[in-house]
Amino acid sequence: MTGAATMTETAVTITVDGQPVEVAEGSTIHAACVQAGIDTPTLCWAENLTPVNVCRVCVVELEGSRALVPSCSRPAEEGMVVQTDTPRVRHSRRMVLEFLGSGVDLSQAEDLHDWMEAYGADPDRYSDEEHPVERVDEPVKVQDELYIRDYSKCVLCYKCVEACGDDAQHTFAIAVAGRGFDARISTEFDVTLPDSACVYCGNCVGVCPTGALQFKTEYDLREVGEWRPEDQTVTRTVCSYCGVGCNLDLHVQDERIVKVTSPSDHSVTSGHLCIKGRFGWQYVHGE
Amino acid sequence: MTDIYLGADRATDAEAAAVDAAMRDRGVDAVVQPETERLYTSGRSRRLERRHYLLPALHALQNAVGWISPGGINYVAEVLGVPPAEAFGVATFYDLFRTEPPDHDGDTFHVCVDAACQIAGYDDLVASVRASGGHVHLGPCLGQCERAPALFVQGTGGRPDYVPADAEPFELPQAGDPSLRLLRRIGVADPESLESYRAHGGYEALQRAGEMGADAVLEAVAASGLSGRGGAAFPTGVKWRAVAAETGRPKHVVANCDESEPGTFKDRIVMEHDPFAVIESMTIAGLATGAQNGWIYIRGEYPLATARLQGTIDAARDAGLLGPDAAGTGHDFDIAIWRGAGAYICGEETALFNSLEGFRGEPRNKPPFPTTHGLFGEPTAINNPETLLNVLDIILDGPDDYRTRGTERSPGTKLLCLSGKVGRPGLYEVPFGTTLGDLLELAGGVAGTGEFQAVLMGGAAGSFVGPDSLDLPLTLEDTRAAGTTLGSGVVMAFDSSVDMTDVVVRIAEFFRDESCGQCVPCRVGAVRQHETLVQMQKRGSLSPSRRALIDEMAEVMVDASICGLGHTAASAVRSALSLGLIASAPS
Repeated sequence: MTGAATMTETAVTITVDGQPVEVAEGSTIHAACVQAGIDTPTLCWAENLTPVNVCRVCVVELEGSRALVPSCSRPAEEGMVVQTDTPRVRHSRRMVLEFLGSGVDLSQAEDLHDWMEAYGADPDRYSDEEHPVERVDEPVKVQDELYIRDYSKCVLCYKCVEACGDDAQHTFAIAVAGRGFDARISTEFDVTLPDSACVYCGNCVGVCPTGALQFKTEYDLREVGEWRPEDQTVTRTVCSYCGVGCNLDLHVQDERIVKVTSPSDHSVTSGHLCIKGRFGWQYVHGE
Repeated sequence: MTDIYLGADRATDAEAAAVDAAMRDRGVDAVVQPETERLYTSGRSRRLERRHYLLPALHALQNAVGWISPGGINYVAEVLGVPPAEAFGVATFYDLFRTEPPDHDGDTFHVCVDAACQIAGYDDLVASVRASGGHVHLGPCLGQCERAPALFVQGTGGRPDYVPADAEPFELPQAGDPSLRLLRRIGVADPESLESYRAHGGYEALQRAGEMGADAVLEAVAASGLSGRGGAAFPTGVKWRAVAAETGRPKHVVANCDESEPGTFKDRIVMEHDPFAVIESMTIAGLATGAQNGWIYIRGEYPLATARLQGTIDAARDAGLLGPDAAGTGHDFDIAIWRGAGAYICGEETALFNSLEGFRGEPRNKPPFPTTHGLFGEPTAINNPETLLNVLDIILDGPDDYRTRGTERSPGTKLLCLSGKVGRPGLYEVPFGTTLGDLLELAGGVAGTGEFQAVLMGGAAGSFVGPDSLDLPLTLEDTRAAGTTLGSGVVMAFDSSVDMTDVVVRIAEFFRDESCGQCVPCRVGAVRQHETLVQMQKRGSLSPSRRALIDEMAEVMVDASICGLGHTAASAVRSALSLGLIASAPS
């Protein structure tokens, strides 16, 4: 998604790192950064979800604003002057990444690894042997054969809540519960997914950036050290269950489907599927 | 087919009856919506129908049976059309709600562990409550710092909440002082009598405002230079004019009565002892801004203030001072009370809106601002009681007279909450510009050893100042220039006997406990800051690298947090370090 203005839209021009960028009115600063080719880290932002601006890793310096502003949700206004690579911006991004890494397991948050290196984040500097810091440490929830939840990997980006709720599925099976560092994604009273409103669309899994939500197939393969993304092929097809026409990306390893996603820019799905498209592939293997 | 999935748990009769009664009190039939209707009102759009009754419903459950059970959540979910996972998420946000069966019978005795109660020694209070068989819950500031250590009793089994100290006779330290403006009726007029309020000048300002008309009221408030007294000091006239300029949508006046800043109790005393003034000034705000809906969001730990305000609203409504054509002004205005449930963050205005609407009390990103997108996403003027009270004199005596007190840039008088080691703790009113030293003198000077160590200005979100600040004039501009703040009016004194490390570590713990958890800088930063200080306390010193880390953490919290809680979470800690109040170098 770019913020480029079409013929019928009003355009606004802002300055990003000294260069003028013209975007459609209503576009965000982040969209302007993307359009200007400026790589901007994001974690809680996704093109198929409403911005919740909670991770704060996309912050930029906006002239006239006392604090930094989240580029993912702040609309571009005519004449704004934005800096994306100042010491303040770099410091905040580094600290946010460091804070996350100090509290949860980011080993499978592959998107973040480059950013952590780029900003020099050192999550280990908060603790020493004498003084371990508090981390989110919970057993993995394996409650069915479709997907698992490992909240020790959760960065609380709210994406799964959004996908389960207003932004896609309107099931509202999960919400944020608790407060502060103890806040967790949870069903009511932490009941198991089969006992909750969950309809197993897997759209939460589809948007999770850290591996906290994971296909059971992927989880099982990882457990035995056999998860090999480099050996996987992705084949795009159309779901055969009904006439809607959802695009499916079949991720195949060793001639077996190991997970199913949908392109987030697809006009029918916006990346979201139902239980059949997401999980109903076993018949392919004739078992 | 239903769009809300409910588990098998069902409410008990007691739980259902409690929720039904709470809904009836608010004129809502606790009738389950037909499934088809629910189908079309899912998600956030439900808020305008029933979602905002969630907090009262959860209070009813907690009060009835001592916790919020799965069956209770399901009942509320069904009645209000709220998904149970979301209702659970809301219930677990608040200190006053339990989501596990209580491990004790009877009421819960909340004892405050924040600074004023810490140095007053809450241990003895805890021991005496336990000795009489009471279940103690240690928690954050209860807003009774002038009579520390503080106790609040949360009733169960349908028994009401109460504060034992409310039974004691009340007197202002400055009682009888003819220079009092905002506090002049306190202890003089009967807070439970409309006649008494009227006999002391009550409702003259509203009548005058009705004669002046909205534009002239807005002009007077703007000309007075009145600014918000909650800490941010935003010009009230600017705020009200922005709301008045909005047309075509319902508008709201919200009284932010959720004062929870440790060390703050001014609004509580105003609400308890001059409640009609709060109602009258809100009505003027409604008239001036064109808002018809008044809301009082009051912290759950203030049962007496809640009861008095409710009595006041009822009496005003009976007398035609609220409701259609309120007080004959031609403007319709009425007020409802919503109780918070123990969450410091809900004093942040946008968190307050979310909380009142039945969502988790998480702050919203600004812009947009409340004047255009406030309660229910509609234009809202939100002020605290102290700010509102000032409007009465501005209307009655005019902005020029108002400006004869205080300074050019900080006109008027200020309520200040004196607590800690002072001779006469309590609520004081002085003109802006009074020096810190004179104020402390007025309050009986430094108690304890008599040797002054530090003052916490503005509460946990404020900063410490040392003995060299006694000449500091208490104005917005002077405190800002001195790198401190008046904040919500906290002036908490510490004599030389107090171990400031204990106080500062507790402040850091307070922010750790009260962070809503939404944004990363505050959720994790407040934890890491507290851990670093606990390490310091154990070691007795702070290494240069840890000292630098505190500044690095503070910088990201100030720069990248969503709201003021994160922005100020390191403020008191850093001021204590730079004043040398706590260990700053390896020993």
